[in-house]
Amino acid sequence: MKITVTVTLKKDVLDPQGKVVNKTLKNMGYNNIANVRQGKYFEIEINETKKEKAKKIIDEISKKLLSNLIIEDYKINLE
Amino acid sequence: MKMTPELINKHGIKPEEYNTIKKLLKREPNLLELGIFSAMWNEHCSYKSSKKYLKTLPTKNKKVIQGPGENAGIIDIGDNDALVFKIESHNHPSFIEPFQGAATGVGGILRDVFTMGARPIATLNSIHFGSHNNPKTKNLLNGVVSGIGSYGNCMGVPNVGGEVKFNDCYNENILVNAMAVGLVKKNKIFFSKAQGLNQPVIYVGSKTGRDGIHGASMASAEFDENSEEKKPTVQVGDPFTEKLLLEACLELMEDDSIISIQDMGAAGLTSSSVEMAAKGNLGIEINLDQVPCREDKMEPYEMMLSESQERMLLILKSGKEEKANKIFDKWNLDFSIIGKTTNTKKLILNFKNEEVANIPLTALSSDVPIYDRKWVKTASTKKVKKMENTKYLRLSEALKKILVSPNNSEKSWVWEQYDHTVMGDTIQKPGGDAAVVRVHQQKKGVAMTIDSSAHYCFADPTTGGKQVVCESWRNLISVGANPIAITNCLNFGNPEKEKIMGQFVESIDGISQACQYLDFPVVSGNVSFYNETHNKGIMPTPTIGGVGLIEDLNNMMTKSFKEINNYIYVVGKTSGHVYQSEFYRVVMNIKNGPPPDVNLFNEKNNGLAIKELILKKLLTSVHDISSGGIMVALAEMCISGKIGANIQMPKSNINMHEYLFGEDQSRYLIEVNKKNKKEVSDFLEKNSIFYELLGKTQNDSLKIEKEFEIKLSELTQLNTFWFKNYFKEN
Amino acid sequence: MKSAVIVFPGSNCDRDVAIALKKFKFENQMVWHNDLTLPKTDLVVLPGGFSYGDYLRCGCIASKSKIMSDVIQHSKRGGLVLGICNGFQVLIETGLLPGILLRNKKLKFLAKNVFLKILNLNNKFTSSYKKKKIITLPIAHNEGNYFANDNILKNLEDKNLIPFKYCDKNGNIKKEFNPNGSSNNIAGILNSEKNILGMMPHPERLIDPLLSGEDGSILFESLIGI
Repeated sequence: MKITVTVTLKKDVLDPQGKVVNKTLKNMGYNNIANVRQGKYFEIEINETKKEKAKKIIDEISKKLLSNLIIEDYKINLE
Repeated sequence: MKMTPELINKHGIKPEEYNTIKKLLKREPNLLELGIFSAMWNEHCSYKSSKKYLKTLPTKNKKVIQGPGENAGIIDIGDNDALVFKIESHNHPSFIEPFQGAATGVGGILRDVFTMGARPIATLNSIHFGSHNNPKTKNLLNGVVSGIGSYGNCMGVPNVGGEVKFNDCYNENILVNAMAVGLVKKNKIFFSKAQGLNQPVIYVGSKTGRDGIHGASMASAEFDENSEEKKPTVQVGDPFTEKLLLEACLELMEDDSIISIQDMGAAGLTSSSVEMAAKGNLGIEINLDQVPCREDKMEPYEMMLSESQERMLLILKSGKEEKANKIFDKWNLDFSIIGKTTNTKKLILNFKNEEVANIPLTALSSDVPIYDRKWVKTASTKKVKKMENTKYLRLSEALKKILVSPNNSEKSWVWEQYDHTVMGDTIQKPGGDAAVVRVHQQKKGVAMTIDSSAHYCFADPTTGGKQVVCESWRNLISVGANPIAITNCLNFGNPEKEKIMGQFVESIDGISQACQYLDFPVVSGNVSFYNETHNKGIMPTPTIGGVGLIEDLNNMMTKSFKEINNYIYVVGKTSGHVYQSEFYRVVMNIKNGPPPDVNLFNEKNNGLAIKELILKKLLTSVHDISSGGIMVALAEMCISGKIGANIQMPKSNINMHEYLFGEDQSRYLIEVNKKNKKEVSDFLEKNSIFYELLGKTQNDSLKIEKEFEIKLSELTQLNTFWFKNYFKEN
Repeated sequence: MKSAVIVFPGSNCDRDVAIALKKFKFENQMVWHNDLTLPKTDLVVLPGGFSYGDYLRCGCIASKSKIMSDVIQHSKRGGLVLGICNGFQVLIETGLLPGILLRNKKLKFLAKNVFLKILNLNNKFTSSYKKKKIITLPIAHNEGNYFANDNILKNLEDKNLIPFKYCDKNGNIKKEFNPNGSSNNIAGILNSEKNILGMMPHPERLIDPLLSGEDGSILFESLIGI
């Protein structure tokens, strides 16, 4: 089963990378870009047939490794 | 909002303090004002527990231009040049989020330096972690080192020195002390004192977000089970923006547009605006609608207490606003006129056409209560004589055990993650007695060192305080520098406990005595209290950042043995004091006993003699003797120079272990070429300096006659083993 | 000989390389990234540092700067271009040099002196290294792991476009002497016309005996024609 996880910075946390990408796009002429936030995307293949069990495991690894819960949030997308 | 005892307590304000606030305001504060008091009356900003004793430190000598009280301290190094430097702690945030905590610590200290007009030329760090066996240590160490590296490397400032220490007492309270040194022209120094009425107050740098709200309060709170909840308050650093801020500020500082300037550090806009105005004996009025905000719907409370990084507050000469705006625009930074200076001597804040805070500045500065906390003398620690156990201990085994231990291992795993040669002026890299950076395009150099001796301070705070200043002084002498002044970071537990306050008072006494005697005053620094968790505190850890000058870099000295068949002497008397030594702790597992005595007369005398000998070009290498005693100092000179030594133990009443591993103070190892032998011995004798011949340098191995011989390759392998093994790298 | 050093927001080694150029008597100018045209120059230098904080991808945002189109034109006319460290990353992002610079194999920033073997003397940057084929230069980077597909690597090797490879003090080019895991121990590459050099080590940091060496000087001597 393939599950993807998106990790993003928490809402109030500074995103220096997103800020610079945003400014660069404006300099490149894209004037209607309002804001950019940069995050990470994980594609995980898990040897598990039961959806609920798989989600539980991915949830656990998202907390333990994939995201830094101090400053990041994560979202699990099931296919 | 009603002021409940719970709300007041949550702001870290004691009931008696709240009563004082009411008296000063002649009314109850509102929530915003309570927040402002909470930040300014907090230990980290107000120094209320430490001020009484900090005032007793020596802060002046002929070369001091600026002592404590400004963003950083400043010393004169001739040719219209001056050095701006300071050390600061970022302990609590680094335990919570090690990468960002350490990174923003570096960012903060760099700002303190360039806010005075100095281009930063070096950083150093002292970092302390719990036992290497503690499950949290590896991640913390990794995070802190990466954080320091990522910020400093991006800023393009070389990280040239530091120390890394491990001990159980830091298990739940790591220490991250960051030091920065900058170079400025004496006639182009900028201060933070506000001057002139109706001058525009300008905010520059990054936008304000909700970062670190109440970070200053967090620094003055012990950790407990609820520390997890404090997590979202850690700030994220943006070194790229700070680099732009550095260049923009230095560009604006090329002329005299700036009247005063202050960086926004702990307690952000609150502390910077209050301090600038209070120093200038003026008032300040801020229109919060003008503060550039990163997030939607930010409240005045959030704006005033935010610790968003990379921001400065300026007061410009009238008419210079447009020029300044252009510069900050070029560097893509926010620039906003947010207020003006007044003659009300008050902090007045307006938001959406309403006055939202009105506080007399004295209530936030000179009227902050200073405490005279109760303290008790530190009990002297008993000696436990166990020397008979060393009868069967082989010297070589003892040496190997020390070299391979985490506190004594070579630390390139750490400093190879820091760019230490950017700016093209690093003359002595990390690993020596002191770092040396050339003064750009001149022949003089700046020597810098950072040291702490927590074990000595714990055993006897007064002696420990003296010792750490002397060690700093000795390290600078060893590279051929003239020591000038220090910055100090005083890391302690909870000052409301009499024992801890006693440690603080006594350490300061020791530091003062040494600074006074050696003409080595304190020009800046900070205090970090409340380094305790679940009532278990750290050992008293005063960290000293020492700075000196080498007039001519051709006279710089290093600790590497340079030639074979040279003489090796120990300068200074050895009495074999092994209590509180690495030998006792690491090899014999003996942790109690007093630290070695510090005789300031000998310290000064011996040091000045070494300095003179270096200037006369009579010495080939020099290394000060500190932890591990003669034995470890010798091994380090061998490893560094890839040249060995053949030692014949001088006749002595002292047991060999005590002689070789004793940590008596005021001593140096020197390498002397035979053509200089007579002149050196004549000089030492003429000046009544005690010295002894240890042996000669030789190829390939370190040999103690009749005891052991170890190959250099083995010594090097032992000394570089620990970090690679800990992180399982090859 | 004239030179121009491009300064991007976040460049750190611009001053260092300007000092080196001045030492070797180049008439140097500092050029802001936002300028549209270069001054008259023989050599353009893209210095080391952290342009744009290394955000998004190293050198990526700098490669989109206004000045870069004139730098590209300059190179197409046969003008010399030297990219050091972050500058090398910018050259890769503009496509002026092939391949990519990935994160160091050990995933950590690495600052140390390394040994390099000089493998190509037939270009304006390294001709003077005929007097010294094994040199020491400092590296200081997090993303210096040069990678390219087999075709590109074969082309670089066959056409002898790799002037520097990591080695030991005796010139042995082996994996264990490679600090960042780069393909074929590559530390720097030339374009096929040999007027553009990208390199990870910092020659501008070793131009002074007090700084423990002058192996970097030889590169500037080559350029100026000594």
